[in-house]
Amino acid sequence: MAEQFHAQQLAMAKAATALPFLTELKEQGLEAFSQASMPTRKTEAWRFTPLFKFVGNEYVQAQNNELNEELAAVANIEDLNAARLVFVNGVLNTELSDALALEQVTLFSQANAEQQTLIKNNLGSVLAQAHGTSHLFNDLNNASTTEGVLIHVAKNQQLTQPIQVSYLTTDNKVAFSVNTRILMIVETGAQATLVEQYASDSTAQVSFTNAMTEIRVDDNAQIQHYRLVTIQEEAQHIGGTHVELNRDSQYNAFHLSLGSKLSRNDLVVNHNVGGSHSEISGVYVPQHDDLVDFHTCIEHRAAHCTGNEVFRGIINDKARAVFNGRIHIHPDAQKTHSELSNKNLLLTNSAEIYTKPELEIYADDVKCAHGATVSQLDEQASFYLQSRGISKQEANVILSFGFINELLQALPHKAITHLLRPVLARRFGRDTDELSSHLLDKDLL
Amino acid sequence: MLNIKNLEASIEGNKILKGLNLDIKPGEVHAIMGPNGAGKSTLGNVLAGREEYEVLGGSATLSGKNILDLDPEERAREGLFLAFQYPVEIPGVSNLEFLKASVDAVRAHQGKPELTSVEFLKLAREKCKAVDLDQNFLKRGVNEGFSGGEKKRNELLQMMLLEPQLCILDETDSGLDIDALQVVANGVNNMRSPDRSFIIVTHYQRLLDYIVPDFVHVLANGRIVKTGGKELALELEEKGYSWLEEADNGVA
Repeated sequence: MAEQFHAQQLAMAKAATALPFLTELKEQGLEAFSQASMPTRKTEAWRFTPLFKFVGNEYVQAQNNELNEELAAVANIEDLNAARLVFVNGVLNTELSDALALEQVTLFSQANAEQQTLIKNNLGSVLAQAHGTSHLFNDLNNASTTEGVLIHVAKNQQLTQPIQVSYLTTDNKVAFSVNTRILMIVETGAQATLVEQYASDSTAQVSFTNAMTEIRVDDNAQIQHYRLVTIQEEAQHIGGTHVELNRDSQYNAFHLSLGSKLSRNDLVVNHNVGGSHSEISGVYVPQHDDLVDFHTCIEHRAAHCTGNEVFRGIINDKARAVFNGRIHIHPDAQKTHSELSNKNLLLTNSAEIYTKPELEIYADDVKCAHGATVSQLDEQASFYLQSRGISKQEANVILSFGFINELLQALPHKAITHLLRPVLARRFGRDTDELSSHLLDKDLL
Repeated sequence: MLNIKNLEASIEGNKILKGLNLDIKPGEVHAIMGPNGAGKSTLGNVLAGREEYEVLGGSATLSGKNILDLDPEERAREGLFLAFQYPVEIPGVSNLEFLKASVDAVRAHQGKPELTSVEFLKLAREKCKAVDLDQNFLKRGVNEGFSGGEKKRNELLQMMLLEPQLCILDETDSGLDIDALQVVANGVNNMRSPDRSFIIVTHYQRLLDYIVPDFVHVLANGRIVKTGGKELALELEEKGYSWLEEADNGVA
């Protein structure tokens, strides 16, 4: 089945026509992908995420690109006031995509000569820094890219309005696959916010999205990044975020994956020049028979960089979560201070978590800490709530929400907090407002 | 109100309560004193329904209803309240949301109308003032980073909001300075009424200067070994408990 999938994706990639200035990248991608073999049980980076179980459906190009009311509502993040690009089953919806009016945002297909050069010179270059942690889906994306989003924030520009890029999936009758691509360049001294949204309406539609985002943050520049994967359960998602940090730059990010049949998320942050800082939090909450996999890698290549990473997961029912958090400190990265924490809550006896923090240190004057915990709901806390008349069911919903609430509350954009609160509260309340009503009460905030 | 007969209970295989009898009528305040390890905290926890404790025998009825068969939340809704000796910290859970959920659950069971969020906020702020707790504590995580005294006040705040029939204060005065002690005592005294009863578990006679009990019991070796009026507390302060324990052992 995996071989079938590989052959099919390769054929689709070959058939897709690359933009003329990206043919070189496509050729490289095709070459690499055609030679790559599908991961097996023995492939370390995919050990607990057995692809053969998921891929195997026949995927085609999506046919339906119609926006519907439900999708429009999903893409509307209240009070965020973002400039938006909205894609439906891989195709741009012009009606909702007002961000194209901004000078900073353009589609690859609409890029002018100067922008084409910029894209050509940068696309794939952040990704290429991943070395050991790159995988065949990155090659597939290079091979398949026919369109993409360029966000280019020029030197010293303070872009206060967030840029929202929404990739939505909806009913297509047959299974389809999409490759998406974002290239973001934040030049020296500039500042910007990117909200990446992968979402769907309630239609149970099998789809396969291979998403790739590259972000180059130049000297002294800062980016706030949200990556929100809230797809419905039949949607399969493989996503990569690759970040290049230059001198004194900052990458602040929040990564969310609710969970679906397959949701694999890679995050590679390259601290290439001294003084850069990354501040990353993340949440995953798989349920039913979902599988969520986060592979994060913080590459410290230069001295005096700092990193802080906090991920929390709540795993329900028979779901599985995989968290692999790597901190790699190269010989030149003296005076690095990097921390990683991963806490997990298992709500049932059949829920699974495979967590592995990895420290690889080749410098001798660094401060590093990492830790992972796996626990169940705190009986003492549960009893405390019950002793005040709250039912055990509601107590568990309140406590589950409390486990991730701190991370939500800490988000700098309150609009994102307000967007996610009800989504997560209802998830813990098993979609009944009865158990989540006190978390949904806006007057109590 | 509360009727406990021959109650026996254990934790982790250790029998702590060994045939405890206690009868509390509406409006009464009973103080329970006793040496460490006598079973004072066990009594509160068993009545509140903590799972780690196993009831081996006997009965406990609240207004005629056997509470030992009820889940902890059902006991709370029936009007039983335990102010914990060590209230647990729950980071990430907003105190205000927790309090509203609690009051809603209890009021719904008692057939009272649900308070709107605005009504509730007003009430919660009033009660904060009554226990001398800054309103900011409503927005924080439940007991998260609260000092010992702040935690005890938060317990009292919950008691005031829930208006229980039977309030059990488990060493609420331990570790409090005199100002905080007075706040607790005022809170309790203001809540005293002909149809509400209190069990005050304490180590120190000092609290009973402020909350004057109708009865003082000595709990030793898992049983009430002596009962008297408020003057018994003074006697205990002076003489300690050993004379009672010895007498009890002599009888046994």
